Amino acid sequence: MSETLGTDTAAGRQSQGTARVGGAGGSAATSPASPRAAARRRGRARMRLEIAVLSGPAIIMFLAFVIFPVAVAAYYGFYRWHGYGAATDWVGLNNYKLIFTDPAFQQVLWHNLLIVVLSLLVQGPFAIVLALLLNQKIRGRSIIRVLIFVPYVISEVIVGTGWSLMLQANGAFNDLLGHLGLGFLQADWLADPKLAIWTLIAIISWKYIGFAVILMLAGLQSIPDELFEAAAIDGASYWQIQRRITLPLLGPTIRIWGFLSIIGSLQLFDLVYIIWGQYISGTAGTSTMAIYMVAQGRDAGNYGYGSAVAVVMFLISLIVALIYQRFVLRRDLRGAVTEGAI
Amino acid sequence: MSATTANRWPSNRRDRRDAPQKWGNPFTYFIALLFIAVCIAPVLYIVLGGFRTNSQITTSPAGLPHPWVISNYSGILTSVTFWGEFANSAVVGLASTIGIVVLGVMVSFVLARYDFKLKGAMYSLFAAGLMFPLVIAITPLYIVIKDLGLIDNLAGVIIPQIAFGLPTTVIILVPFLRAIPKEIEEAAAIDGTSRLGFFFRMVIPLSLPGVVTVGILAFIGSWNNYVLPLYVLNSQANFTLPLGVQAFSSQYSTDTAKVLAFTSLAMMPALVFFSIFQKRIVGGLTGAVKG
Repeated sequence: MSETLGTDTAAGRQSQGTARVGGAGGSAATSPASPRAAARRRGRARMRLEIAVLSGPAIIMFLAFVIFPVAVAAYYGFYRWHGYGAATDWVGLNNYKLIFTDPAFQQVLWHNLLIVVLSLLVQGPFAIVLALLLNQKIRGRSIIRVLIFVPYVISEVIVGTGWSLMLQANGAFNDLLGHLGLGFLQADWLADPKLAIWTLIAIISWKYIGFAVILMLAGLQSIPDELFEAAAIDGASYWQIQRRITLPLLGPTIRIWGFLSIIGSLQLFDLVYIIWGQYISGTAGTSTMAIYMVAQGRDAGNYGYGSAVAVVMFLISLIVALIYQRFVLRRDLRGAVTEGAI
Repeated sequence: MSATTANRWPSNRRDRRDAPQKWGNPFTYFIALLFIAVCIAPVLYIVLGGFRTNSQITTSPAGLPHPWVISNYSGILTSVTFWGEFANSAVVGLASTIGIVVLGVMVSFVLARYDFKLKGAMYSLFAAGLMFPLVIAITPLYIVIKDLGLIDNLAGVIIPQIAFGLPTTVIILVPFLRAIPKEIEEAAAIDGTSRLGFFFRMVIPLSLPGVVTVGILAFIGSWNNYVLPLYVLNSQANFTLPLGVQAFSSQYSTDTAKVLAFTSLAMMPALVFFSIFQKRIVGGLTGAVKG
């Protein structure tokens, strides 16, 4: 295809002012040319039509419901607007000024940061060690995999409902601690502001570590067995093999998991909203940016302000994602998630 | 499960040589069992709690059912509310899955097998979508859905779910479709098949494993989605199961046993679905994360 790129622009120039084929802007040349070139051009017009028909619906859906709403948010973020009628009360950057000077927002931002860092530090090492252990030839490997994926597969609502019942002051967890002779550890896990954020992080780790383990296992399986065999023949010990061969080759998987984990932590909403609810989460000290957005936006009927918070979240995610891609995923640009962007 | 056994046979000779290793290290099993216990215990608490009475739960919160009662489960299984919400979840899940798979396969085919100038930009557009999950866009998305008049309508959940499901689908499917050898396409062309004919007769069957993975992930994601239905659906008749669980647990907040029974019934479909297809998901992820 690449050798036709040169003629592509020429054909485009020739066909200016003539009929356009389909939505792809395919060109139908009218100037006399050799029959072969005409056939080739017809082929390319057909190809453009195919591209338009096959990719059009997905692109339209994506632009309309993913990209367009963000643009809408950017627009309403400049208004004081309550969700009906046209937005007329232009307030400039005032919403953004309010967000960044609101101590409540600074607090939720801090919570998100804590969740990002601790998710990486807790789940990452645990998941790698568990994946290494489970990657050995052991009996019942696939049943183990199903079971460790269970917390990830069940919905946040169910996780939230179950844990909030278990962790109540008179709930199953404290009861269990009592039976184990650890009664001195009993606490009000959800309501105590000193504990609540750590409880949340524990629940997050429980819910999402299975995903990290499965991802790591999938990464481990794409490492050729021959490398391990060769190292074993050379007399390398098990831990030497893991450190010198497995971990470096698992690098791309770890980095991509890190990316997904960071983005997930930045937008955490469901678990907090279900366990603590919008009002209690403030006093328990577990609110996140998304909770703040919903409470200040939709629930307060202040859609202009909510949109501005959405824009701030969007920009924070974008900046973090770009920095991460630039400095961490750089080495993986040819593989994995970015594979197609050549 | 059968694949592990199947994998073992070709390397049988090597396995026999280091036979003592076959069962592996007891330590490994210990850690694995410990980890599984931590993963499963809360789920068992929910399921078993549904078989208890409220007085059992109050007197011994961490105990086992004694005696076992099935009235909580049978009550919910005969309730119209549960099955109505179940049906809503099923409709939303199936429609979203079909939409995601059909649109995703089409656009991934273009990205994997055609050469054109905007290809890189198009791929980056979808890859960027991974960075912006639904929650971030929910406030503006709600405004868009409201302007379209789709509030309190299942379509208002289905359509955005399809749009937000596309990035993952594209990321997983493009490598699958690209892996189909060029020779097959050329052979098909020589036999007089057009590129679209190639798409329907060769690409769809050959990429089936990837398509199944994507479909399962889409269905489970839809089944578990909470924030979008929370914004879009107002009336109980239109609730999906996650909203139903929450409504039920605030309505019967004193009847813990019933709440636990409702919760465990609500998670069963996703769990059963996943257990049946788990190997496909791991397989699909293996393709996607390969460095």
